[in-house]
Amino acid sequence: MVATPRTLPAISPAAREAAALLARSRTRAVALGIAGVAVLLVVLVAGVGLGEVVIRPADTVAILAHRLLGWPVARTWSAADETIVLQLRLPRVLSAIAVGASLALAGTALQGLLRNPLADPYVLGTASGAALGAALGVLIPVRALILGFGLLQGLAFAGALGAVTVVYRLSRTGQLSTMTGVLLTGYAVSSLLAAGLAITMWLSGDNLRQIFFFLLGGFDGVAWPQLAAALPAMLLGGALLLTRGRALNGLLLGEETAVHLGLDVRRERIVLLAAASLVTAASVAIAGLIGFVGLVVPHVVRLVVGPDGRSVLPLSAIWGGAFLAACDLVARIPGDIPVGVVTALLGAPFFLWILRRSRSGYEL
Amino acid sequence: MNAGGVELRGVRAAYRGREVLHGIDLSIRSGERVALIGPNGAGKSTLLRCVTGTAPDRRGEVLVGGTPVSALSREAMARRVAVVPQQATVPFATSVEQLVALGRIPHEHPFLGLRDADRLAVARAIERVGLVHLVGRDARELSQGERQLALLAMAVAQDAACLLLDEPTVHLDLRHQVATMELLAELNERDGVTVVAVLHDVALAAHFFPRLVVLDGGRIAADGGPETALAPDLVRRVFGVDPGLVARAATVPFALAAARPALTVATGVSRPPSTPLGPLS
Repeated sequence: MVATPRTLPAISPAAREAAALLARSRTRAVALGIAGVAVLLVVLVAGVGLGEVVIRPADTVAILAHRLLGWPVARTWSAADETIVLQLRLPRVLSAIAVGASLALAGTALQGLLRNPLADPYVLGTASGAALGAALGVLIPVRALILGFGLLQGLAFAGALGAVTVVYRLSRTGQLSTMTGVLLTGYAVSSLLAAGLAITMWLSGDNLRQIFFFLLGGFDGVAWPQLAAALPAMLLGGALLLTRGRALNGLLLGEETAVHLGLDVRRERIVLLAAASLVTAASVAIAGLIGFVGLVVPHVVRLVVGPDGRSVLPLSAIWGGAFLAACDLVARIPGDIPVGVVTALLGAPFFLWILRRSRSGYEL
Repeated sequence: MNAGGVELRGVRAAYRGREVLHGIDLSIRSGERVALIGPNGAGKSTLLRCVTGTAPDRRGEVLVGGTPVSALSREAMARRVAVVPQQATVPFATSVEQLVALGRIPHEHPFLGLRDADRLAVARAIERVGLVHLVGRDARELSQGERQLALLAMAVAQDAACLLLDEPTVHLDLRHQVATMELLAELNERDGVTVVAVLHDVALAAHFFPRLVVLDGGRIAADGGPETALAPDLVRRVFGVDPGLVARAATVPFALAAARPALTVATGVSRPPSTPLGPLS
C-alpha cells in the first residue's frame, strides 16, 4: 500500500544485481534439491543392494520397480534376493532416510526458532527424556510387543515428548525473554533427567549394554512394523515443519520483528516446537539417539543457499535423509558399528572443511 | 487518502499493572513526519508499541489508516505499518539483499515466496537507501551504521505507508545519524511515507522534524514545531536541562529542497553531509 501515487525511479544496473542475486540463490536451491534427490536414489539403491549378500544394482532397481511400483519387469533374481531387499534392507534404509530427514528438519526449526546456531533436535530435553524412558523400559520386566514396538520404544517416545512438555510449561512462568527461558529450562531439565538416567543405568546390572546401545543409536533390526508405527508422526510433523519457511524467515531478526512482519508468533512458536518434538520423538523411538545430523545438515544447506527457510527446510530434509542412509550403509558394512559414530566421523571433518573454505567466514 | 495516518484516542498502557501511558490523544495525518521526544521512561516506546498493537496491556482506540488496529490482521497491519527493527543481529550468514528481502514477508506468496515483483522491490529499496555498494555482503560484517541503513532498507521494502522507528540513531556516529535523518526526510517528502520516530537527540529531532511530540510521565507535554515543543521553560521542566543547549538547533529547521537542490537518487552514506552541523558537533 502506497500513501501517494509516485513515479518509480528506474533501477540502476548495480541495484538490479540484488534482485539477480536473490533469483540466483533460488536457482541454486532448486539445483541442490535435484542433486539431493539423485543422491537419495543412489543411496537407496546402494543401501538396499549392498551387504553380506550383494545384489546387483540392476536387480535391486528391478525388484523395487516390480514390487513397489508394479512395473512389468522380467524376473532375473532369486526369491531369496527379493526377501533380503524387501523384508530386511528396504525398511532399514527407508527408516534411516525418514529419521535423517526428521532430525534435519527438527534441527532447522529449532535453530531458527531459538535463533541459536548450536541448537539441535535434542536441545529441549528430548534426548535425556527419551534416554531415561528407554532405560526404564529396559528395567521394567514386561516384554509385550505392539506393532513391533516394545516398552523401550514406547517409553522413549513418551519420555521425549514428556520432557519437552515439561520444559515448555516450566519456562512459561520465567521472567526471561521467552526463548532464552525455554533454552535454559531445557538445559536444567536435561540435567535432572540425566541424573535419573545415571541412576537407572547404575541399577540396571546386566541390562546396561542394552541401554548403552540405545544411547549410541542405530537401525539394527528395524523392520516394517516399527517404521509403520513411527511414520505417521514423522509425516505429520514433517509436513507441518515444511510449511514453516516463512515463519523461520520472519524470526531471523527476533520475535518482535517477526510480529511486525505480520506473523502470528505465538502460534508459530507452538507449531514449531510441537512439530519438531514430535518428529524427534518418533525418530528416537526407531533409532535411539543419533547425533550430528540435526545440527550439521541445516548449516551445510545454509552455506550453499543462504538462510531462506523456504529452501533450507526441504533441502535439509532431502540431504538429512540421504546423509543418514549413507552413514547407516557405512556403519553396516564392517559389521554394525553404531551409526552415531559414523555420522560424527563422516560429518565432522566434512563440516570443518566447509567452514574453512567458505568465503563468507561462516561463524557459529 | 489517509493510508499512513495514525490516530490514538484515550490510549492507556500498563506494564505489570503499572500504568505508563495515561490517556494519549494524538492524531498524525498521512504524510506527516513526527518525532517523539521526552526523558527516559516517558512512554515513547510504549506509545509506538500501542500503534503496532504489541503493547501487552493497553486500552483506548488506535487507528491506522482510518481502521482500528484491533480489526486488522497481523499481516494487513504489516502492509500498512513498517517498523525498523532494533534487533540487528542475525543468527546465520545473511547477505544484505536477503536481509532486505525480509521486508517482503507480508507481500510475498505464502508458498512460493519471493516473486519477480518482490525482488524488484528489494532492489529498489536498496537503491533508495544507498546500499548498492553493499549488495552480496554478509550483514554481520557491516558496521553499525551500514547495518542500520540495511534495516531501514528492509522497512522500505515493506512498502508501508507508515514507518515507525525507535531510536534509529542510538549507536551511530554523527555522519550516519545525519544520513539516517536525511533519508527519513526524503522518504517522507518525496514518497509521502508517514514517519514517526522516537528520538533521544532533541537537537537532531528539532532539526529534521517539523513536528515534535513531547512525552513526559506518560502524558503529552507539548505538541508542535520546535518553537512550541522546545520552549525554554518546557525544556527545563521536562528534560531538566539548560534550554540554551537545544535552543540553537531548534532555530535552524531542516529543509530538503534547500539541503539538496539537485535531488538525485539517494546514495546514502557516500555523500558528504549537506547541512551545517554547528549545534551538534
